[in-house]
Amino acid sequence: MVELTELPINVQAVSDSVVSGDSGAVVLFLGTTREFTRGRQTESLDYEAYPEMALKQLQQLEAEARERWPIDQCTIIHRLGHLELAEASIAVAIATPHRVDAFEAAQWIMDEVKQVVPIWKKENWADGTTQWVHPGMDTPPQK
Amino acid sequence: MIIQVKLFAVARDLVGADQLQVELSGTCTVETLKEAMVQLQPNLAPMIDFMRIAVDSQFATADTQILADSEIACIPPVSGG
Repeated sequence: MVELTELPINVQAVSDSVVSGDSGAVVLFLGTTREFTRGRQTESLDYEAYPEMALKQLQQLEAEARERWPIDQCTIIHRLGHLELAEASIAVAIATPHRVDAFEAAQWIMDEVKQVVPIWKKENWADGTTQWVHPGMDTPPQK
Repeated sequence: MIIQVKLFAVARDLVGADQLQVELSGTCTVETLKEAMVQLQPNLAPMIDFMRIAVDSQFATADTQILADSEIACIPPVSGG
């Protein structure tokens, strides 16, 4: 199951969505808003998406992960909009019969999300400037 | 044909709109679309090589053909997660 949401991610609900008697392992990963990046202080973040494509890409990632690992349940939720420090921007929950597969699948999904899912983060720095994050590309801070 | 290119993040901020209207003639590929975008909006030039183009919600390659009814989006390097 994949979802984009403007609302805070309900971590308990994500966990409940994958836990069942069939699986012996659940890995729940949360990506959270970090205050310091290479010494710069973040006040908050804004996420935006190309939602139609982001959903398709997430669905494709789930399908591919299910081909590669014996996944019983998979939930991927990405938050959009404005996030304060320590809030979760993404939750990935994977249930498998044994733990190795759940760890591997969650790691792989996160690595792929950072390459192929059209979602972008804007840093609202503590000094009042803002900056879109585009890995590999220089984007000047804006007032 | 006239194509509406969806813009996001830094590309949208640079252009000041969430779509860019591009007029193209003849057979058009992702490569010719990018050239036309830079002609219209020279401030996209430094970053156009970093941008991927999506055609109908799929990442396209430089020689992917663009049709009049394709949905086109300009995808700067992503930073979700």
